[in-house]
Amino acid sequence: MIEFCGLELHHPVINASGCFDALAAARVFGEELFDDFPYAAYVSKTITLQAREGNPPPRLWESAAGLINSIGLPNRGLRAYLDVDLPALAALRVPLITNVMGSTAQEVGELLDALEDRQQVAAIELNVSCPNVATGLDIGADPAGLQALLEAVRPRSTRPLIVKLTPNTADVAACAAGAEAGGADAVSLINTLRAAARAPERSGFWLGGGSGGLSGPAIRTVALAQVARVAQRVRIPIIGMGGVACGRDARELLDVGATLVAVGTECFRDPAAGLRIARDLAGGLPQIAR
Amino acid sequence: MTAPFGRRALTLIARREIGPYVVLAAADRGATAAPGQFYMLATAERWGGGEGERPYLGRAVSVMRIRGDGRVEFLLEDVGPGTRRLIELEVGEDLLAVGPLGHGFDAPARGTEPLLVGGGIGVAPLVAVQEAWGGRPLLGFRDGAHAAGAELFTQPLVATDDGSAGRRGMVSELLEEQLAERPGPVYACGPPAMLAAVRDRARAHGVSCALALEAPMACGFGACYGCVVATLDGYRRVCVDGPVFDAAVLA
Repeated sequence: MIEFCGLELHHPVINASGCFDALAAARVFGEELFDDFPYAAYVSKTITLQAREGNPPPRLWESAAGLINSIGLPNRGLRAYLDVDLPALAALRVPLITNVMGSTAQEVGELLDALEDRQQVAAIELNVSCPNVATGLDIGADPAGLQALLEAVRPRSTRPLIVKLTPNTADVAACAAGAEAGGADAVSLINTLRAAARAPERSGFWLGGGSGGLSGPAIRTVALAQVARVAQRVRIPIIGMGGVACGRDARELLDVGATLVAVGTECFRDPAAGLRIARDLAGGLPQIAR
Repeated sequence: MTAPFGRRALTLIARREIGPYVVLAAADRGATAAPGQFYMLATAERWGGGEGERPYLGRAVSVMRIRGDGRVEFLLEDVGPGTRRLIELEVGEDLLAVGPLGHGFDAPARGTEPLLVGGGIGVAPLVAVQEAWGGRPLLGFRDGAHAAGAELFTQPLVATDDGSAGRRGMVSELLEEQLAERPGPVYACGPPAMLAAVRDRARAHGVSCALALEAPMACGFGACYGCVVATLDGYRRVCVDGPVFDAAVLA
């Protein structure tokens, strides 16, 4: 058993937000999925107050050992999450971590209020990669702003608050320290790195959203450096992620200070990646993904 | 049909070239799939390191034929680093597969004979449709070399862009003639322009029209939201809400 912010987990491998949809997967692979869930906790896609359609396609670009996505956080909004998704997730036997995003402290506060009386929600992850309407920067890219956001919303929730840091900032460790000072219980990193691909035949950018976020093995060494730096700076636990594809990759993030490891893009290639990586870790044997 | 959970290794048991296309047959014990369903495929070895250091993600490939005898067949064409690596695979080597995935074609109404309209590599799922429910294949290819793909069907009508095999012209013209003579439900798969033409003809004749769409996808099981198509009800995921859609719901 692993203890994380008061949650008890069977192993240290969870999914990254937006990289595994438990409800869609149960339809595709059968309800038995919930009996042997591949991740020690389930992290939801990002939920926003209002429904979002997401970005126009194309939304994906395969790069060298990686993927650039411009999905745009489609979701049916808070109300549908509460009324439809949460009841459907009742069969889940691992802790549920709900990921939310708001563009202001007030919006984030409303999201936390709505989740407060839902016992099913074990912890909340804050996506702070939302652009600040005033500055155009991600709201999580500025340490002081991130601290102020946390100070404003911290009193609104009794759940562990995990801040999903953005790597698209000058000093990720300072942002982590700001989150900690503002009352975060944990940080998770790294989110995707801003990236773009050209579409020569259209003389423009390939993705419908213009730029997107890079993930996959291409960013694993960046993740390792950022997790290590953040671990030296804060005392709160860290969920490390970025390009993890096998037990050896997960072990490296744990070795530099992560308490848990999240699997993102590798879930797309192998829906059972969480179980495989957790077994690799438990066996202590680095194995080639197969 | 639901898929076994996770990614599994399937051994290639046969490989056959048909013009520029390659049929890969893999052992997949107990596998069944509805016509129109697909698998996500990668090779077990050397997946990566091709053009642009790709491929990285699996490739969505329609089931061409699956008969419940432990064998599943796919039709591929070299269109990029992923398909190129897949068709290089030799008998005895392994594929990594997730599937069958997606919502396939529904069976035609009793007493109707479907018209199966395929373009290029898009003919693949229609082989499974014809084996399951019969129907008249109307096939469009670029040229005579590609028209070799017609041999996968029983009694096909063929059109090619250059007239080097079958009729010179568009497969949608073949469809128009068939619809005028004996209308039936339309099942189609092919490039977007062909599907748009097929949809228009079917609508004009008041027959149902099911389109199997293709979209680049990262996962194939509803996780990434990368493969969406615009419908009258907003964006829908091709992988789990499709790949087969009623043409009437597409925006």
